[in-house]
Amino acid sequence: MSLFDMKTFSMGGIHVDDRKFTHASPIEPMPVPKEIVLPVSQHIGAPAKPLVKKGDAVKAGQIIAEKAGMISANIISSVSGTVRAVENRQGPGGFHLLSIVIDNDGRDEWIAAPTSTAPSPDVVAKTDVSGIVAAVEKAGIVGMGGATFPTSVKLSPPPGTVIDTVILNGVECEPYLTADARIMIEHADRIAAGLALVMKHFSKNGPVKGYIGIEANKPDAIEVLSRIAPTYGDIAVVPLALKYPQGGEKQLINALTGRSVPSGKLPSTVGCVVQNVATAAAIYDAVVDGRPLVDRVVTVTGGGVKNRKNLLVRLGTSFASVLEHCGGVTDDSAMLISGGPMMGKALNSATVPVTKGVSGILVLNEDEANLYDEQPCIRCGRCVEVCPMGLHPALLARNLEIGDYAKLEELGILDCIECGSCNYICAGHNHLVQSIRLGKIRVNELIRERNKKAEKK
Amino acid sequence: MTGENVVNIQQKKWVVSSGSHITHPMDTPQIMQQVIIALLPACAMAVYVFGVDALRVIAFAVVSAMVIEGAIQKFLMAAPITLSDRSAALTGLLLGLNLPASSPWWMICIGSLIAIGIGKMAYGGLGQNPFNPALVGRVALLVGFPALMTDWSVTGGYLGDLYKRLAPETMTAATPLGFVKSYTGTSLGADAVAYLNSFSFDVKSLFIGTSPGSIGEVSELALLIGGLYLLYRGIANWEIPASYIGTVAVIAAAAYLANPAGFLLPHYHIVSGGLFLGAFFMATDLVTSPMTFRGRVIFGIGCGAITMLIRLFGGYPEGVSFAILIMNALSPLIDRTVKPARFGV
Repeated sequence: MSLFDMKTFSMGGIHVDDRKFTHASPIEPMPVPKEIVLPVSQHIGAPAKPLVKKGDAVKAGQIIAEKAGMISANIISSVSGTVRAVENRQGPGGFHLLSIVIDNDGRDEWIAAPTSTAPSPDVVAKTDVSGIVAAVEKAGIVGMGGATFPTSVKLSPPPGTVIDTVILNGVECEPYLTADARIMIEHADRIAAGLALVMKHFSKNGPVKGYIGIEANKPDAIEVLSRIAPTYGDIAVVPLALKYPQGGEKQLINALTGRSVPSGKLPSTVGCVVQNVATAAAIYDAVVDGRPLVDRVVTVTGGGVKNRKNLLVRLGTSFASVLEHCGGVTDDSAMLISGGPMMGKALNSATVPVTKGVSGILVLNEDEANLYDEQPCIRCGRCVEVCPMGLHPALLARNLEIGDYAKLEELGILDCIECGSCNYICAGHNHLVQSIRLGKIRVNELIRERNKKAEKK
Repeated sequence: MTGENVVNIQQKKWVVSSGSHITHPMDTPQIMQQVIIALLPACAMAVYVFGVDALRVIAFAVVSAMVIEGAIQKFLMAAPITLSDRSAALTGLLLGLNLPASSPWWMICIGSLIAIGIGKMAYGGLGQNPFNPALVGRVALLVGFPALMTDWSVTGGYLGDLYKRLAPETMTAATPLGFVKSYTGTSLGADAVAYLNSFSFDVKSLFIGTSPGSIGEVSELALLIGGLYLLYRGIANWEIPASYIGTVAVIAAAAYLANPAGFLLPHYHIVSGGLFLGAFFMATDLVTSPMTFRGRVIFGIGCGAITMLIRLFGGYPEGVSFAILIMNALSPLIDRTVKPARFGV
């Protein structure tokens, strides 16, 4: 298939040097450190409620904080040991979060030892999926691509919704990151089986088609999944043209099916559910082997890291110990980022834990990082050209500046997926995403006030 | 060893900012530099056709523009000097290319002062100006010094040598558009049109650039090479030059077909005057043109229509500068009205 007939999304997007230094580095398990820090909020939605207190003994796989509310997720201990404290610690999003700090006893004792079943179409056929939502919820699984939306909620769309397409996101369009690529190459079977389980779960309302979308810079992943996945059912592995942000949910659905999720709506409105490939593997583990989410693959990369690696890290391991394990950082390292260089969060400290949504620990050196001062907007319009949601980023930033929040709402600011394409392309190095984030907060305030007034009437 | 590293990582001061954390290398100074590079063929043709006078005009314009911008930032605005963004140099270069080879140095300096001082810095500097600064300077000179601005006399270069043989007393010739306009309304108007329409070989020399005019506008070939370079580097957009030149061609052809005795052949309108310089390098000015694809098409069509209105029916022989300035004024309105198509709406 030539580059030109490959599918991609219809609107905007940028071409960015992918810098996948660690693509060929196999996943290595990292030794578990002495201290494990597990925030009770590692997902979108309500923080989980702690079930343990200082001095309690815990085992690996034990639920130490439970789901609180409709959109929430369990927190699972990733080690055995003793709870040293339940206190506020800085999380990988930059904010301080209530966290359970555990002294790891190094014995790795499990509350219920998970089995380890080799994935196969037979196993999928024999597995009863009626308990899939409960199993996924119990295992504390959330979207592992970075969005961290509780997976059990995604698997329970509103009544009456018919899901006819399940999509696995193997795009990994963020430059530098290779965690998903390595999982696809090394654990294709678990991914395909996880997808088949989800498809089986939705097939009570009719036939379900499965897709695995992978960008063309991962030919080895495309090759192995194309061989394995179709044996699990009606699954198509689709190579996609390189274009950021193809891994955005709406963009991926558009690229694979041609469907457009309407503004302000969820993928289920067009019959689609999208899961990250690592999430699919975690679903398989939870449903078939009873293994909760206690670890994840993290790419440790960037020009500022001495030995770049793909590591299997127990959740709660600090960034500092991961970087230390990778030989430390270079003298010219400038930015520490949780996630990729486009959408990741820049951190002021490495004493934050790896949580469920951390796909990469990226250290950019002075040459790589955007350290420019903002210069005036020259109205070049490139931000408009690249916006995958068809927004006008420069105009949004301008209207934020003059405080016209009603105009921001009218211009569709809430559609922004914060992919950073406009920010990347800006000739004046303007922090457009920062402006838009602030604008979204203002618009949401505006909407809340309006709703309050409407209620009073 | 390990101990040192822990200290290093834990105590290190990291830069914190909002994403994206990487950026595209083609930023403002790079864009300006690429446009300057794209104008080099036109500069080379100017020197070939007009001799060392062209070099003098360009040098005066560029240096005076930079000095004036630097001085305004230092003394009037007490702001950081941003000459390194190369926008002042580009404005000076564009102004110089829009002047006749015979321009006196003081007129060039006045042009720079108006272009940079009134056209750009008075609005707050780069990115804030509604009108193309170089055109503001040029039009101010055209209105203030009409005789000097249409003095096409040449002493050196290819044209100087040509005039030494053909017109040694005046050392000048009229531009085709000026030639026709000067007879419009007289009994000789139709004759002037017929005269020019009778030989088409001139179109070729007009395209290559061995013809009178402002130093930078004469060679459509050189401007086309520069324009295509900008398109290739992904800096300029194609929609403005295409819709601008296309509109001029359509209107010129319609006028000619309606009245062959009254109007010039469409070729003249395309390859003479400032159309290519205007369409590729002035109308495409990022700051003063619309930001969306459809907006730019509307902008180009508007430029073309106004240019032809002035050329065919107005008092001036040439209308490119006025057309672009008028459309500059409409750019904010176009950007307000023409929105990009949104995803899922």
